[in-house]
Amino acid sequence: MSLCFVDVTELARRIAGREISAEEVTRAHLEQARQLDGALRAFITLDAQGALEAARALDSRLARGEPVGPLCGVPVALKDNLVSAGLQTSAGSRILAGWIPPYDGTAVARIRAADAVILGKLNLDEFAMGSSTESSPLRGPCCNPWDTTRVPGGSSGGAAAAVAAGLCAGALGTDTGGSIRQPAALCGVSGLKPTYGRVSRYGVIAFASSLDQVGPLARSVRDCAALLEVIAGPDPRDSTSIPRGLAPGSLLAACARRDLAGLRVGVPREYFEQGGPEPDVERAVREAIEELRALGAEPREISLPHTPYAVATYYLIATAEASSNLARYDGVRFGLRAEGARSLDEMYTRTRQQGFGAEVKRRIMLGTFALSTGYYEAYYGRAQRVRTLIRRDFTRAFERCDVIATPTSPFPAFRQGEKQGDPLQMYLADIYTLSCNLAGLPGLSLPCGFSAGGLPLGLQLLGPPLAEETLLGVGAAYQAATDWHRRRPPLADGAAQEALP
Amino acid sequence: MSALEAVIGLEVHVQLQTETKIFCGCSTRFGAPPNTQVCPVCTGQPGALPVLNRQVIEHALRMALACGCAVNTRSRFARKNYFYPDLPKGYQISQYEEPLAEHGALEVWLEGGARRRVGITRIHVEEDAGKSLHGPGASRVDLNRAGVPLIEIVSEPDLRLPEEAAAYMRTLRAMVRALGISDGNMEQGSLRCDANVSLRPRGSAGLGVKAEVKNINSFRFVQRALEYEIERQRGLLSAGEAVVQETRLWDSAAGVTRSMRSKEEAHDYRYFPDPDLPPLELEPARIERLRAALPELPDARRARYLAELGLSDYDAAELTRERELADYFEATIAAGAAPKRAANWILTELLSRVADPRDVAAAPVEPTRLAGLLALWDEGRISSKLAKEIWPRMWEGGESAEAIAEREELFVQSDASELEAAVRRVIEASPAQLEQYRAGKQKVLGYFVGQVMRATGGKADPQLVNQLLRRLLDEG
Repeated sequence: MSLCFVDVTELARRIAGREISAEEVTRAHLEQARQLDGALRAFITLDAQGALEAARALDSRLARGEPVGPLCGVPVALKDNLVSAGLQTSAGSRILAGWIPPYDGTAVARIRAADAVILGKLNLDEFAMGSSTESSPLRGPCCNPWDTTRVPGGSSGGAAAAVAAGLCAGALGTDTGGSIRQPAALCGVSGLKPTYGRVSRYGVIAFASSLDQVGPLARSVRDCAALLEVIAGPDPRDSTSIPRGLAPGSLLAACARRDLAGLRVGVPREYFEQGGPEPDVERAVREAIEELRALGAEPREISLPHTPYAVATYYLIATAEASSNLARYDGVRFGLRAEGARSLDEMYTRTRQQGFGAEVKRRIMLGTFALSTGYYEAYYGRAQRVRTLIRRDFTRAFERCDVIATPTSPFPAFRQGEKQGDPLQMYLADIYTLSCNLAGLPGLSLPCGFSAGGLPLGLQLLGPPLAEETLLGVGAAYQAATDWHRRRPPLADGAAQEALP
Repeated sequence: MSALEAVIGLEVHVQLQTETKIFCGCSTRFGAPPNTQVCPVCTGQPGALPVLNRQVIEHALRMALACGCAVNTRSRFARKNYFYPDLPKGYQISQYEEPLAEHGALEVWLEGGARRRVGITRIHVEEDAGKSLHGPGASRVDLNRAGVPLIEIVSEPDLRLPEEAAAYMRTLRAMVRALGISDGNMEQGSLRCDANVSLRPRGSAGLGVKAEVKNINSFRFVQRALEYEIERQRGLLSAGEAVVQETRLWDSAAGVTRSMRSKEEAHDYRYFPDPDLPPLELEPARIERLRAALPELPDARRARYLAELGLSDYDAAELTRERELADYFEATIAAGAAPKRAANWILTELLSRVADPRDVAAAPVEPTRLAGLLALWDEGRISSKLAKEIWPRMWEGGESAEAIAEREELFVQSDASELEAAVRRVIEASPAQLEQYRAGKQKVLGYFVGQVMRATGGKADPQLVNQLLRRLLDEG
């Protein structure tokens, strides 16, 4: 069996038990990356040397019988907007190219402390702004392992592609409006956006602070649970982190659930109305809901009446926050500084002109406008009030159901370049995922079938705040009854077979 | 046009004295080498997040309560967005729509003991920026100060004269020092003042077009900058010209204000609630606890010294200018000294021995020791002259006045028989003066007193000397 498609907990157990070495496992994944990453462009930085050193250090600790963490030797990769000490963190932007952070973000520090081996930093849409991982000036567009002419989704496209193709066992991404769930769906992997505040944002390069969350992408719901178990929990460095932690082991324990008897599954009417998902997507999602019914769940129609306003609300709030969050990239302290400027203002202008890509500039300008005197109330102020209404929609809905089931994306992976000239079309890719961030809820995407063209499709499960255990339990029960999540992209499978001695 | 009056409102920034910065654990110590008190948070590194220092809120609340403000049990931090090299994040974390406290007022004492009530519009909390250091060919940025906590105290436009503004600033300084929340040092920038100034016909209720004057960095300049600006505006209006709404910079070297930017060039700060910091919720009980624990403020002390201790207005004002001085004074009278005598001694003899009035807290002569000295004087065991001889010795050795007087024989000589002998010797040695005296020249008595005092090394009890002299001279 290839070492590249082993479950996270299984890998950790076998390495800790010294059945296989951390170095072997690391080498297998590096080899997989060597064969496939030229075509996928999942990594911005592959830190082969650092990973091997970490693996060997771990092996010697194991040889000495020292205690090890729960992710012992598990090869993990990080979206390149997660700050990692000593390892370039670029957010996929020219403006941060070459920035070597002086510190580890909290999630990264916890992953390291759990003894995972960090393979490198993953491709993304610049500053996590996008749904296709095409706007990546440092590495170029990332490709979908199921069809390399198509996008992997975004903005955690590198993470989803790497996990799907077996370049790593799991990855950490970030999700501001669907950036974990949508690429997970388009690449046929599982991805969880936790409740806002569940995972510390300390060391996450901010896009939209009130929406950003770190979460895992992996090949099964259970693997996601194993990763979340490590990174979740209160953090004194993040004032928005939830002070109440999870009981140790509770997430993995939740994944033992097989019976969904009595579970009320809400299906929002508005998500299937005009402009709803493509037929393939709707069919797969409805079948998945039937599968949940077969496991004992009780699907019921619910209403989220403010759904039509979610995209507009999201793009006002997210861009407003981004316009402020990205002000620090000014050429003064780190990153790019444009040469040849004759004044301070010219240095600022040129640095930001050269450093930011088109989509980032578009969002900074949108957000700046939304916060300007005379427009603030009409745009940002109103968006905040609609956000309250959207949150209230969910509060009411969760009085009638335990989880909400929806498509993750209205369509499967689209072709490279297909939506790049049309930002509005691109923004609609996140139509089912945005509301979850606006309301601060946990959301899980998991594979639920394939399109007629053989592209993976995703089911999204949303829960009330702090309901990660419920979501993971339902997801694990579904995955125990189905094998969509076990399908591998042919390209990756071939490479992994070859990699075997 | 002569009947114009100025309308002045001040925005005062106070640097709070806390161990660490407002949103990170870096030290706030002044004067460290550039960029040595910095971390990912206060240098605005990507991914870093602010965490509020509770001590800052405690300090700010004390000032808000001392100013009689209504404290908002829920306030919010907001981002003030603008680009400047010493502003690491490209925004300053401040408070905007929901400040910590509002609607207060202060009583300001003016020259001669009159008072003026100045409304406090709001007090909010914010972080300081770094410092830009402009050298030849290059500018550098020192971020040690970035993230040092500030409060901004915004007054109502209740001030009319430059000297009132200066008095208001002195009142604030005395308050922050009394509360122990800031050193209130204007020259080092722990107290900073921006002034909004406009003119209007006296008695009118409306407001004229205002200019904001920035960069006023000493108490002296508060008055001078405002005097200049008022005259400038008066000149414009008298000449039939209009005052332009703008921001002006005080140039202390030239003694003028200069236009910095017009209203049209003003920044749009695009304030919005900072999503990195949850709203600041305060328990009413916590606010009440802080209110109950407030020390007596300089204003109240001054009034009490006048009413209860019978001090002069001058003494009361001087003693309450610094908390340490007033504390020293009160400890001295608590140890038994008479208030007026203690006040005099402290304001002359004690202050002449310290560089800064606040240093009396660490004076080698403790208040109880000073009270001991004054007690000897009150009891007549020493004279004021002897007291002034004993005082420097107390300062050096840390001994009590009594011990020093004992050892150095500095008590008043009041043994009548011993003195009588000395007096007789003086009379015998001055036959010419004796003759004059007996001829009716009473003034010569002073000569004899002086001689006796000299003969006794100044230690003779002057009253006794007088008595003895009169008796012996008149005896014939």
